[in-house]
Amino acid sequence: MGKKLLLKNDHIPYIHKLSVYREHGGYSVLEKTLKTMTPDAVVEEVKKSGLRGRGGAGFPTGLKWSFLAKPEGVARYLVCNADESEPGTFKDRYLMERHPHLLIEGMIAASFALGANTSYIYIRGEYFYVARILEQAVAEAYEAGILGQNILGTGYNLDLHVQIGAGAYICGEETALLESLEGKRGNPRIKPPFPAIEGLYGCPTVVNNVETIMAVVPILELSGDEYAKIGLGKSAGTKLISASGHINNPGVYEIEMGITVEDFIYSQEYCGGIKGGRKLKAVVAGGSSVPILPADLILKTANGEPRLMTYESLGEGGFISGTMMGSGGFIVMDEDTSIVKNLYTFARFYHHESCGQCSPCREGTGWMEKIIGKILDGHGTLQDIDLLWDIQSKIEGKTICPLGEAAAWPVAAAIRHFRSEFEEYVTKPDSIKDIKHYYRLQN
Amino acid sequence: MPIVTIDDIKIEVPEGTSILQAARMIGGDIVPPTMCYYSSLKTSGGYCRTCIVKVEQGSAKDPRPIPKPVASCRTTVMDGMVVRNITSPENLEARAGVVEFLLLNHPLDCPVCDQAGECHLQDLSYENGKSETRYEFPRREFDPIDIGDKIKLHMNRCILCYRCVKVADQITDGRCHGVINRGEAAEISTYIEQAIDNDFSGNVIDVCPVGALTDKTFRFKSRVWYTKPLDAHRDCKKCSGKVRLWYQGEEVLRVTARKDEWGEVEKNEAGNADWICNECRFDKKEAKDWTIDGPTKVDRHSVISANHYEGLKMIKADTLRMMGAKPHGIKVELGEGALDPNNK
Ligand SMILES: Cc1cc2nc3c(=O)[nH]c(=O)nc-3n(C[C@H](O)[C@H](O)[C@H](O)COP(=O)(O)O)c2cc1C
Ligand code: SF4
Ligand code: FES
Repeated sequence: MGKKLLLKNDHIPYIHKLSVYREHGGYSVLEKTLKTMTPDAVVEEVKKSGLRGRGGAGFPTGLKWSFLAKPEGVARYLVCNADESEPGTFKDRYLMERHPHLLIEGMIAASFALGANTSYIYIRGEYFYVARILEQAVAEAYEAGILGQNILGTGYNLDLHVQIGAGAYICGEETALLESLEGKRGNPRIKPPFPAIEGLYGCPTVVNNVETIMAVVPILELSGDEYAKIGLGKSAGTKLISASGHINNPGVYEIEMGITVEDFIYSQEYCGGIKGGRKLKAVVAGGSSVPILPADLILKTANGEPRLMTYESLGEGGFISGTMMGSGGFIVMDEDTSIVKNLYTFARFYHHESCGQCSPCREGTGWMEKIIGKILDGHGTLQDIDLLWDIQSKIEGKTICPLGEAAAWPVAAAIRHFRSEFEEYVTKPDSIKDIKHYYRLQN
Repeated sequence: MPIVTIDDIKIEVPEGTSILQAARMIGGDIVPPTMCYYSSLKTSGGYCRTCIVKVEQGSAKDPRPIPKPVASCRTTVMDGMVVRNITSPENLEARAGVVEFLLLNHPLDCPVCDQAGECHLQDLSYENGKSETRYEFPRREFDPIDIGDKIKLHMNRCILCYRCVKVADQITDGRCHGVINRGEAAEISTYIEQAIDNDFSGNVIDVCPVGALTDKTFRFKSRVWYTKPLDAHRDCKKCSGKVRLWYQGEEVLRVTARKDEWGEVEKNEAGNADWICNECRFDKKEAKDWTIDGPTKVDRHSVISANHYEGLKMIKADTLRMMGAKPHGIKVELGEGALDPNNK
C-alpha cells in the first residue's frame, strides 16, 4: 500500500463528524500549532515541505504565502478554491464530502500562518450537497470553540464562511472567483495587481485549492522536512488523482508521487488495467485542459524512460512529447475511443464556459467547436484541420486568463498526436459511419 | 524616469506610464491600435487584445523577454524595456488573428451602419486585417433594441469593449447598464430594458468604437463623409459645452463631443474628458445655438482619409522586407522620418 496522508482515515465510518474526527487525532495538530508556533514558523514549514499548489499550476505554496503583502491595518484573507470544475477532476468533492474537518483544520492553520481572521471556502454551485456537509462541519466547529473567537483558548480568532457559487468553470480562476465572492459578475481580473497584493475587497489574499490546504495538516504533523522526503524530488508529498475512463477501477486515489504511470494504470491497487482487457490508446493526465498523450508517450518519455507520476516527469518533453500534472484528472481512453469526438466534448465545454471578456477566447472557442463538429459529422476538409491548428495558436497566450490556453492546448495536442484520425474523418466519412462511437448522431 | 524602446525608438517617460501611452508620446504608425482602452475611463482596456505587443526585453534589471504578447494598454513600462510592435512580423500576425476574431461574428453591415466612415473596427481591419474571412458558420444575431428614445443598440456590431459600461458606471449615476450572459452570448443590456435616463447617457455613443451604440436623432440621415465637422461651443450649465457639429449644407445633423487623434473625447487642461450632456447633444441642433470655433481637422478615419492606408501599407511592407533580410534580433535602422505619418 502506498503512503496515505489525506486519506489515511478514509476507511473510518462517520469521520466527517467532529467527534469521530477528534477521536482519531483530529485538531490536535492545530492545537499544537496555535499553541507552540508563530505564524512565520508555519509558513517556513510549508516552504520546507516543498508543497506545490494542487489546483493545477503547481506553484510552490510556501513561496506564494510569503508573497502576501502585509500592510499595517489592512485585513488579509485566505480563500479556499473549491470550485473544482475541470472535466475529469473530482478529487476535491471526494475530500470535502468525507473529510470536511480536515479542510477546516487546514483552513485554520493556514489562516493563522497568513494572519487572516476571516476566510472563505468558495464551492461550486453543483456541489450544494457538499456545501451542506461543510456547513454542518463548520457549525460543529464553532460550537466546539474551534472556530470563532479565541480558538481552542489560544486567543486566535477566525471566522470561516462557506460560499456557494452559481456553477461556472471560470469562477475557479482565482480572480474571477474573488469577483464572484464579492457578489459581482465572475470575470477574471486583469493582472497585475495579483491577489497577494490586491485580492478580495482590494485586500491581500491567498487563494489555494482544497487539497493544498488539507495538505498543510500532515505537513505540520510530520514537519516540513519529513513531508519533503515523501514523493520524489520537487514533487513532494502525495497527490490525489481522479481516475476515470476505460479502466477497471475508476475513483479517487491518493498516490505517493514518483510511482510510474504504468503502475498507476495497471496495478490492482489503482486503476486495475483497461476495461475488457482492451488496449490503451491515450491518456489525458491532468484534467481536460492538459495535452492528451498517446499510449506510448504516456507510458514512456520520448527518450524511453518510464514516465512517472510527478510534475517533472509528466512535463518532460514539453508539449511536443509531454503533458502536465494539472489538477490530477486522469482520463484513460481505450483503443475504441474517438479522439475527435472526445475533443469535440472538450471544445464544447470551453466554448460554453468562456466568460466572453477577451476576443480570442470569446470568438475562438466557438469557432473551434463548430469546426470540430463539422469534421465529426463527416463534412470536414483537410484545410479545416490546418485552420483548427491556426485558430488555437492565435488564442494561446493572447488572452486575459488561462482559460484561453485551456481551450487551445487540447486541440493542439489532439492534432499533434492524432492527426491521422482527423484525416480519416475527413477523407473517409463513410467508413466512420460504420463504427458506432465514431459517429456522434448515432449514440 | 524609465527609458523604453519601442520599434527601435527610445523615449523617456514618467514612472507608471503604460507601453501604449509611451507609444502615443512617440506617435505615428508605431502606436498600437486600441479598441477597448479609453484613457479617461478608469479600468478600461485589456479586453480586446488588439493593442498586443511583443516585449523582447522585460527591463534593464531583468532582461528576459516576456514569453507571451502583452496588452500594451495595461502593461507598465520598465526601465530598459524593449518593445516591438510593427517591427515584429510575429506580432503583426498575432494582431491579424485578433482582428479576425473581432470580425468573426460581426455582421459587416457597413453599408447600412451610421458609424461607417468613423468606425474604429473599419480602421482596424483596413490596417491590420485580411481581406477575406475563413468563417463559414452563421453569425451570432441579436435584435436591435432602444436604450431610451435617443440611443439605438445594435448588439450584432458590438465587440464587447466594455467602454459604455464604464461610462455608465463612472459618468452617469445609478448605473443600470452592463453586460449580461456569458462568452459568445454576452450582451450589453440595461436592467430589464430600462432606459438610461441620465443627462450624460449620450456619451456611450461617443465611446463606442463601432456602430453598436448610435444616435437615433442622426439615424440614416446621411453618411458621415458627406457631413462637414466644425468645432463649436455654447454656455452650458451641465457640461463644458464644447462640441463638434456635423453639418450638411446649412443643417446641423449631429452633435458629438470633440475627439482627439486617438478617437477619444478631448481632455481639458485639468486632464478630464470634456463629456457633453444630452441637452447639447440631442436638443441643440440649430446653428444659432452655437458659437463656431473653426473647422475640424480629420486625420485618421477610414473613408475620410483613405490615403492614410496606402502610406501605412508601404511602410509595413518596407519594414517586413528589412526584417526578412536580416537575422532576427538585429536592430532595424529605419531612415530618418520613416515612421512619420506625414512622410508618405
Ligand atoms: C479557467 C480556470 C479554472 C480554474 N479552476 C480551478 C478550480 O476549479 N479549482 C482550483 O483549485 N483551481 C482552479 N484554477 C486555478 C486557480 O486559478 C488557482 O491557480 C488555484 O486555485 C491556486 O491554488 P493552488 O496554488 O493551491 O493550486 C483554475 C484556473 C483557471 C484559469
Ligand atoms: S480567456 Fe476566456 S475566460 Fe479568460 S478572461 Fe478571456 S474570455 Fe474570459
Ligand atoms: S486596447 Fe488594449 S486590450 Fe483592448
